[in-house]
Amino acid sequence: MGINYIYPEFEVVRNDARCIRCRVCERQCSNQVHQYDKDLDLMISDESKCVNCKRCVSLCPTRALKVVKSDCLLRENANWSNDNINEVYKQAGSGGVLLSSMGNPKPFPVYWDKILINASQVTNPSIDPLREPMETKVFLGKKGSDIKHDENGKLITKLPPQLELSMPVMFSAMSYGSISYNAHESLARAATALGICYNTGEGGLHEDFYCYGPNTVVQVASGRFGVFKDYLEAGAAVEIKIGQGAKPGIGGHLPGTKIVGDISRTRMIPEGSDAISPAPHHDIYSIEDLRQLVFSLKEATEYKKPVIVKVAAVHNIAAIASGIARSGADIIAIDGYRGGTGAAPTRIRDNVGIPIELALASVDKRLRDEGIRNDVSLVVGGSIRSSSDVVKAIALGADACYIATAALLALGCHLCRTCHTGLCNWGIATQKPELVKRLNPDIGSERLINLMNAWRHEIKELMGGMGINSIEALRGNRLMLRGVGLNEKELEILGISHAGE
Amino acid sequence: MRQLEGQIRIPSGCAISAVISRDGRRMTGEKIIESLKPMHDRSNGLGGGFAGYGIYPRYKDYYALHIFYNDDLCRTECESYLRTNFVIVQAEIIPVRKMPAITNEPLIYRYFAQPLPSMLMTWQLDEDDFVARAVMEINTHLEGSYVFSSGKNMGVFKAVGFPEDVGVYYKLDEYEAYSWTAHGRYPTNTPGWWGGAHPFSLLNYSIVHNGEISSYDANRRFIEMFGYKCTLQTDTEVIAYITDFLLRRQKLTLEETASTIAAPFWSTIERRPPEEREKLTYLRTIYSNLLITGPFSIIVGFEGGLMALNDRLKLRSMVVAEKDDKVLIASEEAAIRAMEPDAAHVYAPAGGEPVIVKVKDGAY
Repeated sequence: MGINYIYPEFEVVRNDARCIRCRVCERQCSNQVHQYDKDLDLMISDESKCVNCKRCVSLCPTRALKVVKSDCLLRENANWSNDNINEVYKQAGSGGVLLSSMGNPKPFPVYWDKILINASQVTNPSIDPLREPMETKVFLGKKGSDIKHDENGKLITKLPPQLELSMPVMFSAMSYGSISYNAHESLARAATALGICYNTGEGGLHEDFYCYGPNTVVQVASGRFGVFKDYLEAGAAVEIKIGQGAKPGIGGHLPGTKIVGDISRTRMIPEGSDAISPAPHHDIYSIEDLRQLVFSLKEATEYKKPVIVKVAAVHNIAAIASGIARSGADIIAIDGYRGGTGAAPTRIRDNVGIPIELALASVDKRLRDEGIRNDVSLVVGGSIRSSSDVVKAIALGADACYIATAALLALGCHLCRTCHTGLCNWGIATQKPELVKRLNPDIGSERLINLMNAWRHEIKELMGGMGINSIEALRGNRLMLRGVGLNEKELEILGISHAGE
Repeated sequence: MRQLEGQIRIPSGCAISAVISRDGRRMTGEKIIESLKPMHDRSNGLGGGFAGYGIYPRYKDYYALHIFYNDDLCRTECESYLRTNFVIVQAEIIPVRKMPAITNEPLIYRYFAQPLPSMLMTWQLDEDDFVARAVMEINTHLEGSYVFSSGKNMGVFKAVGFPEDVGVYYKLDEYEAYSWTAHGRYPTNTPGWWGGAHPFSLLNYSIVHNGEISSYDANRRFIEMFGYKCTLQTDTEVIAYITDFLLRRQKLTLEETASTIAAPFWSTIERRPPEEREKLTYLRTIYSNLLITGPFSIIVGFEGGLMALNDRLKLRSMVVAEKDDKVLIASEEAAIRAMEPDAAHVYAPAGGEPVIVKVKDGAY
């Protein structure tokens, strides 16, 4: 074995005076960082394996453990950061493409944090959500813009299919395979209890979860895994996944080692075979092809379900979205470059795509300029971190938000960004039965429900402060937003004024 | 330099009042002017105005275009635009009584006109659409010219000043209408010119409004998809365009329009009988962005009638009363008493409940 050029990123610090040698850390760590030395009666750690997921820290009964960032750094260099250098070492050693998980961690601007929300003072009253009704219900889908009356002058009340949500948030696509059975069950149960939707991702729908169909968005992606008639009919909406914010322009790869048992059956591919989703849909090489897939799915579901088209936020997103709106889609989902993933090539995750804030603002504006905003709903994700991000997104023009990272955090994820190893100690991004069982769906779904209820309260408080008592009066209400520290161009794209203006 | 209204958004508080004769009997403007006196403190001298219906019987088939001009140069430019698009049967200065309380006047003209048939052919529009388009065109592109009234057999009169002075200034005692609406304005800033005063009007619709709506930009950005341009940044302007869009272009009834802009809460809709529930759900879904939130009381004037409407929480005062064939509506009962001291059936309509008054068929 050659020299290991890379010093471990983290240091496991153990307070030996507190350690009672219970060996919980050893049993809990799927990365095998901890080991008990019987002869010395000592717990020892191999930090090179540590991913800083904090499982051992959280479970240590005497709080004897902490994991800290190592201070053994290379010589400082503003151009060649530690990460740059270590990645060169890794690639020189392996000859491979670097893999990463979860969203882009680089210090790009987060526009949500440079936008501030308005409140009423004197000229109109704020509304107290504890005393007055405050509505967060939304309907996603094509609305059209022409009201018709029948020959007796009676209003014709037929609308295209709508997705009804009790609040403008949905759990975004994560496939069974990329996350565990228990994680899926938690999401499905929470979505049902909350009156929102979760999304199957492209891994098909496990037979146990058909009962949650009315709160499920079923995805059709380029690999078409698990897609068949019952699957399409089970969901409340069908989503065509064109792209994902974390890896625009490329497909997916679930290694054959994970295609076992239920997963193989749900994906409808043989056990042990790699599940490779091609980069493009091989029946969509242009916008007119998309229209055909949209209508094939509508035919298959008898025009009873809205069709979502999900795309990654890329440079020309406004024109792309306008094309999608004209291709018959009912809902457009846009995923920003900070969106998470179970595995993506690092270079793509960190360098491809654009921020969702800017993509949303320019898409909403373009659809209005074209007069077709009411023909389609807009859902944005990647990354929505809090209720205030939701409020800002709605005010910029979104109908609803997709959240995934926040949902996983609620389930216990510590954002260690190593989902691609399949060794998730929190039972989320893994298929190992002994790890999966660590996530209890009773507790998981309850924590998701708590999180969403908390956000709903906060959204109502923020709306009430603005004197708005219904979420639809917030949608696209950009006068309620101001930028801080943004330049003229950024403000122009966001369509908001600077604070103080 | 201080910005004019339209370049900035100016919130306002207000007084509104209205009177209508269900028998279509004509009333001079004196009573409606009287109604604003007890509500003097609801205005601050920075805007007042009136709309009268049935005031131009002689020219009732012509669009009455009331226009403010900054100067004669603007007038020449605008008149040349009008001549290319309209047959003008009468053009005149709107007569006023000069008084110390009203200053800084623009040139105020009115034209009775019909679109040129050749132009309707060229643009493939009906008369109303053509006139609405011409109003947008003048108000957005001809600087210094502003059409503030464009209906038939009706007219808006407005200025910067206290409303009771504005009524006298425009000699409303010399006009007779079957329906009057009035407005006193309390803007937070100096509007700088007269366009932002109420009523706000397009074609036969006129709006007086009290309140500052919190849904303004959501409503504005939605309605601008349909060819309207909000040049004044006022709530009233956007409400007028929404009204025109829903009533005239989408042909909704007044009740349906009220159920769209002041939609009942979902919890209320769920309790309604199935057919009504379906209708309300439909209206709230298809035009969800036309829901108006925040405080408002509005009076919509139209040919042959009035509709008064409060926001669904009733965050602004508004009372209704009757006297013989007349229905009276105002922000305060005192205003109604000023018009008819022994008006009866005084009541405050619930939030979101439209009060619709129509003149008997054939009486207007």
